[in-house]
Amino acid sequence: MSTTAADTPPSQPSGSAFINVGERTNVTGSAKFRKLIEQGDYQAALTVARQQVESGAQIIDVNMDEGLLDSEKAMTTFLNMIASEPDISRVPVMIDSSKWSVIEAGLKCVQGKPIVNSISMKEGEAQFLEQAKQCLRYGAAVVVMAFDETGQADTKDRKVEICSRAYALLTEKVGFPPEDIIFDPNIFAVATGIEEHNNYGVDFIEATREIKRRFPLVHISGGVSNLSFSFRGNEPVRESMHSVFLYHAIKAGMDMGIVNAGQLTVYDDIPADLRELIEDVVLNRRADSTDRLLEAAQRFKGEGAKKREVDLAWRSATVEERLKHALVLGITEFIEVDTEEARQQADKPLHVIEGPLMAGMNVVGDLFGAGKMFLPQVVKSARVMKQAVAYLQPYLEAEKRASGVTEMPPKGKVVMATVKGDVHDIGKNIVGVVLQCNNYEVIDLGVMVPAAKILQVAKEENADIIGLSGLITPSLDEMCYVAAEMEREGFDVPLLIGGATTSRVHTAVKISPNYNKGQAIYVTDASRAVGVVSSLLSETERKPYIETIRAEYAKARDAHLKGEARKTRIPLATARNNRFSIDWQKTRIRKPDFLGTKTFTSYDLAELVRYIDWTPFFQTWELNGRYPRILDDNVVGTEARRLFSDAQEMLTRMVAEKWVEARAVIGFWPANAVEDDIEVFTDDTRQVRLATLHTLRQQMARDPSRERAHTALADFIAPKETAVADYIGGFAVTTGIGEEGAIEKHIAKTDDYGRIMVKALCDRLAEAFAERMHERVRKEFWGYVKGERLTAEELIAEKYVGIRPAPGYPAQPDHTEKATLWQLMDVERQTSIQLTESFAMWPGSSVSGLYFSHPDSHYFGVGRIERDQVEDYARRKGWAAEEAERWLAPVLNYDPASIKDKAA
Amino acid sequence: MTKLTRSMDDCRRTTARLHEAAAKRILVIDGAMGTMIQQHKLGEAEYRGDRFKDWHRDVKGNNDLLVLSQPKIIRDIHAQYIAAGADLVETNTFNAQVISMADYGMEALSYEINVAAAQLAREACDAAMAKDPSRPRFVAGAVGPTNRTASISPDVNDPGFRNVTFDQLVAAYKEQVWGLIEGGSDLILIETIFDTLNAKAAGVATLQAFEETGIELPIIISGTITDRSGRTLSGQTPTAFWYSMRHLRPFAIGLNCALGADLMRPHLAEISSVADTLVSAYPNAGLPNAMGEYDESPDDMACQIEAWAKDGLVNIVGGCCGSTPDHIRHVAEHVAKFAPRKVPTIAPKMRLSGLEAFVAG
Repeated sequence: MSTTAADTPPSQPSGSAFINVGERTNVTGSAKFRKLIEQGDYQAALTVARQQVESGAQIIDVNMDEGLLDSEKAMTTFLNMIASEPDISRVPVMIDSSKWSVIEAGLKCVQGKPIVNSISMKEGEAQFLEQAKQCLRYGAAVVVMAFDETGQADTKDRKVEICSRAYALLTEKVGFPPEDIIFDPNIFAVATGIEEHNNYGVDFIEATREIKRRFPLVHISGGVSNLSFSFRGNEPVRESMHSVFLYHAIKAGMDMGIVNAGQLTVYDDIPADLRELIEDVVLNRRADSTDRLLEAAQRFKGEGAKKREVDLAWRSATVEERLKHALVLGITEFIEVDTEEARQQADKPLHVIEGPLMAGMNVVGDLFGAGKMFLPQVVKSARVMKQAVAYLQPYLEAEKRASGVTEMPPKGKVVMATVKGDVHDIGKNIVGVVLQCNNYEVIDLGVMVPAAKILQVAKEENADIIGLSGLITPSLDEMCYVAAEMEREGFDVPLLIGGATTSRVHTAVKISPNYNKGQAIYVTDASRAVGVVSSLLSETERKPYIETIRAEYAKARDAHLKGEARKTRIPLATARNNRFSIDWQKTRIRKPDFLGTKTFTSYDLAELVRYIDWTPFFQTWELNGRYPRILDDNVVGTEARRLFSDAQEMLTRMVAEKWVEARAVIGFWPANAVEDDIEVFTDDTRQVRLATLHTLRQQMARDPSRERAHTALADFIAPKETAVADYIGGFAVTTGIGEEGAIEKHIAKTDDYGRIMVKALCDRLAEAFAERMHERVRKEFWGYVKGERLTAEELIAEKYVGIRPAPGYPAQPDHTEKATLWQLMDVERQTSIQLTESFAMWPGSSVSGLYFSHPDSHYFGVGRIERDQVEDYARRKGWAAEEAERWLAPVLNYDPASIKDKAA
Repeated sequence: MTKLTRSMDDCRRTTARLHEAAAKRILVIDGAMGTMIQQHKLGEAEYRGDRFKDWHRDVKGNNDLLVLSQPKIIRDIHAQYIAAGADLVETNTFNAQVISMADYGMEALSYEINVAAAQLAREACDAAMAKDPSRPRFVAGAVGPTNRTASISPDVNDPGFRNVTFDQLVAAYKEQVWGLIEGGSDLILIETIFDTLNAKAAGVATLQAFEETGIELPIIISGTITDRSGRTLSGQTPTAFWYSMRHLRPFAIGLNCALGADLMRPHLAEISSVADTLVSAYPNAGLPNAMGEYDESPDDMACQIEAWAKDGLVNIVGGCCGSTPDHIRHVAEHVAKFAPRKVPTIAPKMRLSGLEAFVAG
């Protein structure tokens, strides 16, 4: 009957206190397993379970929570099948579902003692107690999620509090044996780029320690793979993160985990440098740990880059194969010849598009979806496609005239725009291209598009989806407004949100609630866009997908609200008493070589090239890694080189043919700090005030032992009462003059790759210009470090003395400060850089900021601020508090709406 | 549905006496019912009795029906076992639930059979206790495995198929337990467990019946190791089986049937070492011979069981298939001089099971 020997000891050999729960028989975690279950191929699904057990899983997690499955039935069938396989059913089962009905169906199938994963107090005590009682009756241990009526616990204190409450209920009211309770205090993703997430690893580990201290008999478990979610696609780094996390969590008392046991890296085998970077992230040991790990991650990514043919052997294949090859590899050289050949073979020109061209694009879509092609390649494929379609256009027109046949209907229509007040559109353009590649019709309304216009076009065109993009923080507000207008006008189509300052949390917390008739959805990057759009336009997937998003956003909102409430900030007065102090009497301050402004036009572009920081350029194309190492990266290296060489070629033309003009204005003025403001004077008599620059001060509650100041930019300028004669500078540079015209003139309409390339290069040139100008300021115009000799790398690493912070960025998050700068330097007249109503600069390839020369001045982030500072700031700016709250919305440490509610 | 003549307080007093008795000595459970019935060589007419003389199907072999058609025979068998020294008297209800009764078209009678069977055992015990109030006797309401298995497919080509669901088992068992409670059982004995999932359903049903009747009784769980593989029919090791049933916090856990005392010993020893509750065992009188008869003598059986007692493996002993009052008398005499097994303290750890046991930490 059973294949296992009778003399097997009753319990597994001791020694390994940590319990590995196999995670592969989980439809939400394994695409392979999900497919097998969806196809009803339970025999093959059993093989997955068997492999788990063979590779050392001590318990197997079975999860059938997939929207389209009859989960109760799938759970029952699979567990019944397992019961007939002694080499699988020898181990206990973890019945994993978010639905109690599925759990109960599972409990009715297993003769052994399983674990139920999970129950929680999410729906209140009564349901929790009832489910716990049932688990006891069926004879199961139970995973209890740290989740209560108000949401999932994210901080240590909440985790401990919820688990303690659950423990008391279970042991006192249900009589649940403590040793059969497994707490899951929630492992969340770290290194997401969101400051609030940085401590999630520590929160889990410390909560584990405390829960085990209070209740020594209970177990602690968690879904470890959540932790490294931001490093999807980089398995070596993910596995090392899991291993490091487990190393520390196990020491704190974690004794169970849903992990892919076969794939864990041994802690000691992780290269020491990577291990330290990961430990910094997991243990939240330094503020820049995420950035440092991101930078390093590419190096550890492992191999996988495919070699591509370089010969022309492919030319001897069939025309269909040749078209596919050209599309996948982005080769335009032969596209017209091949398209013509295909056209001659086809009955109708349309068949060329529907047949070989779409087939080729489908391959591109699949490869991209599978992470085997990268964004620049896809955009190049689009270029080939567009060229082929352009070639066929006259034939299509003739055909249409002859037969009345229209073009192939697109899969759906997407209206896209960069919102009013914002000018940045590279990301939006890339998303547009990727969607077009996948046969969606994209109507791109361009930049600075008012809400009314977006909605009008969406209505006229009967759009299936609206997409909004934005880069600067005030755009976030505008997106909320567009969402509210959509609600008011009765729209119900999905609203996609993307762009550098947008985030899932902001979309969930601020945008989504404005638009209940439809759903706002945050799209991380271009590579996600197709998946999101296709889910939204699929009859079957749309509803479950939106429901999932809704649920996820509701959770995010809860978590956010709670997060908000607990983030402590100190009073502004206290922060001011701990300002960053400089001994002004000992400081020798250099007076700039001139006071007032200086304008530069037609600045030599060639001089700027060596100052280009290429890393962000690769990021624009969604190739992550640090230049120049990225060129040798195992995975993206080949593509990075290709992209880099295309960029060099384009850049050479742009510079030689002067496609764009670089202009700049800089200025220096006598200045002194007054509290958190900087007064700027006409001349050294310091009698006539030219303007006041306002700065914001850090208010985060800090460990007093760490002795870090609560800094504001004003701290880097000598206070008025010191009577020290200090100075401040300002600048605005652009390399975007003539950009649009150059693109129209030099790049074919069908060549999105070229168009995006020019824009990306202009952006880089503008940053390079800011770098170069800053260098000249230090060495010549202000001249406070005349002998400076820094390499391009050292400049990028900010090794220079003094800083050039930009309004709207971490050291001064208020974009409106640009207005003061514009007035001080008459920027618009001098350089034609304009400010939009959201204080974005037009053209977009522009940079502006202040110059501070003090050797102790440094970059920092203000972080979130409290209401006392907002009120004080409003008073200084001559604003109503509400206006300050609007401009500072992204850095508020409170929800202005809820404060108003309380007052009302 | 039920007319309960006892209060929970009555039951608590009885349960306390049971614990008290078990603390003092090794308790004795009675022997085979089927073997004793066989000796009466009953025919179809006797099985039917007066009440079922016109029943539309043959009922010979429906031993549980005899509590209605031949109550005297059953009461008499109980009395013989009590006289032989049994402390625990099993009701004649091994198949008395709707699933098994369907074989005779007697589903509707199952409740009544349970009540009547418990009453017969009750009467026999009460009569003995009237004679000797110092020696308590207990009615063990017997719950059998049914003729279906919840975790094994009857169709080899379709391993996912089942011919009975957990819910059907719970419903059938619950009705049976209600009947056993109403008839006056002092404890519930879930026995001859081939398939632990059936027993878990019986456990759920029993707890539900306790909750609904307000009468909570001790539970004894008795599994069956079917052959020398050392596994239950559904494939579990003894320890895995114990971990599957432990949540019921039974008065005792143990083994019965299928094996004689000699072959049962290693599996019993395993359970005895892991169970932090009393341990029971009532083996067959050896293995059946070529004629299908059990021929282990009362003395042989008693000597093997005495060795268990001597080694401190058991708290409750008795006999299953093939055993007679004579066997039970010998067993009772042989174990009388030994102290009952001491319940070990087992470290509180998460103890799970599949077919095999798993202990965390």
